[in-house]
Amino acid sequence: MTFFIGRRLAQALLQIWGAITIVFVALRVLPGDPAELILGSQATPDQLTELRAQLGLDDPLLVQYVRHLGDVVRLDFGESWRQGMAALDATLVRLGPTLSLAVWAMVFTVVLGFLSGTYAARHANSPIDHLISVTSLVGQALPPFWIGIMLSLIFARGLQILPSTADGTMASLLLPAFTLALPFVGWLGRLVRTGILEEMNQDYVRTAQAKGLSRRVVFYVHVLRNTLVPVVTMLGLLMGNFIANGVIVEVVFAWPGIGTLLVDSISFRDYAVVEAVLTVVTICYIILNLLVDLLYGYLDPRIQLENA
Amino acid sequence: MTLDTITRLPLRAHLAFGTVLLFVAAGVLGPLLAPFDPTRTSPQDRLSPPGSTLSDGTTAWLGTDQVGQDLLAEVLAGMRTSLTVAVVTVLIGGGVGLLLGLLAGYFGGWSDGIISRVGDIQLAFPSLLLAILLAGVLGPSMVNVIIALAVTRWVIFARVVRGSALAVRDREFVHSARVMGASPARIMLYYILPSCLPPLLVAATVQVGLTMVAEASLSFLGLGVPTTQASWGSTIAQGRDYLASAWWIAAVPGLALALVVVAIGILGDLLRDASDPMTELS
Repeated sequence: MTFFIGRRLAQALLQIWGAITIVFVALRVLPGDPAELILGSQATPDQLTELRAQLGLDDPLLVQYVRHLGDVVRLDFGESWRQGMAALDATLVRLGPTLSLAVWAMVFTVVLGFLSGTYAARHANSPIDHLISVTSLVGQALPPFWIGIMLSLIFARGLQILPSTADGTMASLLLPAFTLALPFVGWLGRLVRTGILEEMNQDYVRTAQAKGLSRRVVFYVHVLRNTLVPVVTMLGLLMGNFIANGVIVEVVFAWPGIGTLLVDSISFRDYAVVEAVLTVVTICYIILNLLVDLLYGYLDPRIQLENA
Repeated sequence: MTLDTITRLPLRAHLAFGTVLLFVAAGVLGPLLAPFDPTRTSPQDRLSPPGSTLSDGTTAWLGTDQVGQDLLAEVLAGMRTSLTVAVVTVLIGGGVGLLLGLLAGYFGGWSDGIISRVGDIQLAFPSLLLAILLAGVLGPSMVNVIIALAVTRWVIFARVVRGSALAVRDREFVHSARVMGASPARIMLYYILPSCLPPLLVAATVQVGLTMVAEASLSFLGLGVPTTQASWGSTIAQGRDYLASAWWIAAVPGLALALVVVAIGILGDLLRDASDPMTELS
């Protein structure tokens, strides 16, 4: 177990280093002069030279890279020129709304996914099972930002029962959380359905039925509990996805999270904030994946043997 | 494939194939049927609902947008953008992925180590965010969108090809070829590649659909193709400001995107079933 954890930790550190490097390469190595972007086309050559020296852009790339790694380790991403505060602080302020959106999307996914998956498995090959599988296929294929707009067209403009943009109320959470959850409801539902149907063929189910337990008890006490193990661990992956994919849903609903912050910062070339947001989100994502793997290894020791 | 096997395909196969064919034809021929000119405006026709007659006597079957453009022409032009970006991205990403996947899968060892590790690191970075970052830094242009999306896709193809290459590289016919003195390049091309193609084709089909959604998402955020080019994503973004007065501007391009993506998804599933004989048994 220690070996497995150590190996997985080393891998996660490598991934975090890789993510920091990807962001560095994209922002500093690719064409484009940050000084010119910050000052605009009106800037005089003197101003540009001064800002470049101030930002350390005249140093060789390798020197900039090493300095950047040092800065990131000390959690120093520089100042946001647009907001006049430390880029990391500007990011952390916006993390709360993103997390609450992700948590509610998770609640929607779990409740709807489990209900539809269990129902579909109990009534396998019935018309409703087919309806659920078609809905989940379509739900996974539809572009989330469009779903968001259509939902706000129907519920906010048409029926006028829900607000279409963030206003701090619980009601304004419903549409974005549901939009974010929708593609994964079908995904989880299919996962639960296949899991249950596979478990139903196991020997212990026959034994339980043979000793006279009712179908209901066999299903809810034995089968469902065994289906939970793989499904629950997958939920960690979902959380990472909700934080990362929330970007576009946040923009649709003007949700004050890190997604809107990221898109605004890219448009305004506020690269310190872009770096801070991407680093924070990617580290969250990598750590969640790490936790999922460790949890899975703990719940199902066979996994460790495969990876050892 | 005989006529008999074609007619025995499930109904959804015909529907999906027909939809994809219709969209491809519309994308290729669209500009001939309804030319799209992004600079033309017609203020007296703005925000006309679907089916209304315009000031020049023509009918706008899908309505008009906020500057009086015929939405049908805009959707057709957007189809062309979407299709071009998706196909070129998948060709580039698939080509790079195929090459690296073959090298990693056939040679193993350090080449596999490097390629797989770089892939792992990249997959740890959420692909939507990577695309947003690259497209945002490179600036709005169709070439840049393709670069940004191809960078996020190659890993998927490389993994698929590496898996298939690994599965056949120790088979007897490969050993025989090596004993006969075939060069690694020849072995990869004639013995390994053929068994990698079916799963690669399945992956490519699925990725065309996903890339279309990704392109629309980037354009929706204003990071995709420039505003002088039609894109479903940017049309939807514009339509968002007119939801109360002209719902069709946002609804129609999204509906087109949804239709074609679902159809491509169904085709991908069918291809997967067809390339895997095991599914027929179950």
